Amino acid sequence: MADTLERVKKIIVDRLGVDESKIVLEASFKEDLGADSLDVVELVMELEDEFDLEISDEDAEKITTVGEVVKYIESHK
Amino acid sequence: MLTGKTTLVTGASRGIGRAIALKLAQAGANIVVNYAGSEAAASETVEQVKALGREAIMVRANVSDSEDVNEMFKTALEHFGNIDILVNNAGITRDNLLMRMKEEEWDAVIDTNLKGVFNCVKAATRPMMKQRSGKIINITSVVGVLGNAGQANYVAAKAGVIGLTKTAARELATRGITVNAVAPGFIDTEMTAVLPEDVKANLVGQIPLGRLGQTDDIASVVLFLASDSANYMTGQTLHVDGGMYM
Repeated sequence: MADTLERVKKIIVDRLGVDESKIVLEASFKEDLGADSLDVVELVMELEDEFDLEISDEDAEKITTVGEVVKYIESHK
Repeated sequence: MLTGKTTLVTGASRGIGRAIALKLAQAGANIVVNYAGSEAAASETVEQVKALGREAIMVRANVSDSEDVNEMFKTALEHFGNIDILVNNAGITRDNLLMRMKEEEWDAVIDTNLKGVFNCVKAATRPMMKQRSGKIINITSVVGVLGNAGQANYVAAKAGVIGLTKTAARELATRGITVNAVAPGFIDTEMTAVLPEDVKANLVGQIPLGRLGQTDDIASVVLFLASDSANYMTGQTLHVDGGMYM
């Protein structure tokens, strides 16, 4: 879990250019981290590569916070 | 000009598609030759690209089938590692008057000529977004803006491609991907060769420049849009039709 969060954090920092301290489990990509729809699509793409999994479009649409991403990855790897 | 760039051209076995493949290869690009049925013609395009000293592979895929398209991009990426330029050229006709047009004729043309472009743009977006660069060029048609009796399906699809081009351009602009269209007029290819002589003569009468276009006339403009010369253009439709639409 801690490891997953660290890897997710790194991708978010790289992609969105936000300060790491803002990336908490409750943080919403769009509201708290300033991502637009396309940023979220890109994040999902990178997470798929990083964790070697496929996130369906239906699932991807439900993911809005950092915590949801971590939970999704934990339950699918 | 395009040295080392990987270009995927749909419907590249014949006609305008082949001319585009060869033009871009001349400018240095390696080519993924997509074809749906004409395997012999596709391998001829591949040989001609290789004769120019570039790399080429052929991949069979029906662009209206998203699984086929995804497989094609996978194959292309495995071989070349990236896709820099996508030219959506594949197209078919099933002409008939509206009153007589069968649902199958409508669907077949919309599936290949419009949904096919959507499928390929969608598949290309992922690698291009990662690269933060890419050029997508969609081949539409003069009839997409003028209308044409007997081609309700083809015209609707080609007009749709112009709207799709503008929308993709807006969505992808911030990622360094440009999306433009080329609208050929009547070009001397197998697609127009089937027209009766009197119809052709009548067509030429409507062209200010007084002749059918050649495939190379289209390929030259595609080359321009694929090159760095067109870096500041996106969402545009360039009309290459001897002045039919102005």
